[in-house]
Amino acid sequence: MSQLRSDWPLFEVFLRGKRGLNHVHVGSLHAADAQMALRHARDLYTRRNEGVSIWVVAASDITASSPEEKDPFFAPAGDKVYRHPTFYDIPDDVPHM
Amino acid sequence: MTAVDEVELRQHFEATIAHDQRIEPRDWMPDGYRNTVIRQIAQHAHSEIIGMQPEGNWITRAPSLRRKAILIAKVQDEAGHGLYLYSAAETLGADRADLTDKLITSRQKYSSIFNYPTMSYADVGVIGWLVDGAAICNQVPLCRSSYGPYARAMIRICKEESFHQRQGYELLMTMMRGTTEQQAMVQDATDRFWWPSLMMFGPPDDASPNTARSMGWGIKRHTNDELRQRFVDMTVPQAQKLGVTLPDAQLRWNGERGHYDFGPIDWQEFFAVVKGDGPCNSQRIEHRRRAHEDGAWVREAAIAHARKAVAR
Ligand SMILES: [Fe+2]
Ligand SMILES: [Fe+2]
Repeated sequence: MSQLRSDWPLFEVFLRGKRGLNHVHVGSLHAADAQMALRHARDLYTRRNEGVSIWVVAASDITASSPEEKDPFFAPAGDKVYRHPTFYDIPDDVPHM
Repeated sequence: MTAVDEVELRQHFEATIAHDQRIEPRDWMPDGYRNTVIRQIAQHAHSEIIGMQPEGNWITRAPSLRRKAILIAKVQDEAGHGLYLYSAAETLGADRADLTDKLITSRQKYSSIFNYPTMSYADVGVIGWLVDGAAICNQVPLCRSSYGPYARAMIRICKEESFHQRQGYELLMTMMRGTTEQQAMVQDATDRFWWPSLMMFGPPDDASPNTARSMGWGIKRHTNDELRQRFVDMTVPQAQKLGVTLPDAQLRWNGERGHYDFGPIDWQEFFAVVKGDGPCNSQRIEHRRRAHEDGAWVREAAIAHARKAVAR
């Protein structure tokens, strides 16, 4: 029944839980435009002060990696173990390391 | 996709489940898994949405401003739960307008409990206590569902459900300290909602053919009968504290099993209500359909306004 279709686009919602934290994806909602999406996001995702800041972004504007691409896409990081602190052997008696 | 690819993808999917890791939206998954999870989430979402009606019925007649504010907040939460869940269903490729259409044309179901009427304000308390209580029993294990977006929605929902159950129980405690008429209202509401609450866990295990597959997929964590028993064991001491009698002469502690035994459930009533013959089925669907149709012009006006703003 296509006359039921609202045509409101889908927006993804990101919340900053409190100062000092990153925005985190919490879900999505439909709205006519970004301003309405922000207001709906406030009502839907912050009824108990769960956020101090909200981002909304049209779902169609998100570019994501696919899990099937996982290996080639994340491979550059895979062989750079020297980026991790545990790569380096430091004697236990060196303080504050 | 070649057959070899498919075998490899299936192995990867099964290994993810076996390691109790979450399946995420862009992962490959078997069609059966996708369709079952969509159906499960949609039915759950519809239950939250329809579930606003029995209690919404009392908002205008709440006995005090305090109770009215609480009830509005509770009903608003249920709307929120429905929307979290529709959002989760959409990550699997379901279309929200299509889900609404399936609900109002009765092609998808919702929980049978919401087809019972609310006869007095005590029902608001008993629904919070028993119906939200049973929902919590059902939902807490689903916070570990193998489908990531569903599990995350359930975590949000479970946090909010605790308020629902507590406000209901507090309302009942208040009424039980009141007049004999108020106490009788609480007992009457308990009598009417006890058995339908037990039915919320679904048919008995031997009549629930899909349970094994769903448990294998990690989208169901306990059987219907296990959850029902857990609910009974949790609720009996609450009823005793409240001072109401649960309407089951066979309800008694079984020391050997370490559980309460309870009487047989009228499954004929359950299947009749599921099929559409409950006291309020047509009223609930009709109300939802009317709300949807009455809102159509608002949705159209908003999108027209948004398009105009872009053109300007
Ligand atoms: Fe809920
Ligand atoms: Fe609830």
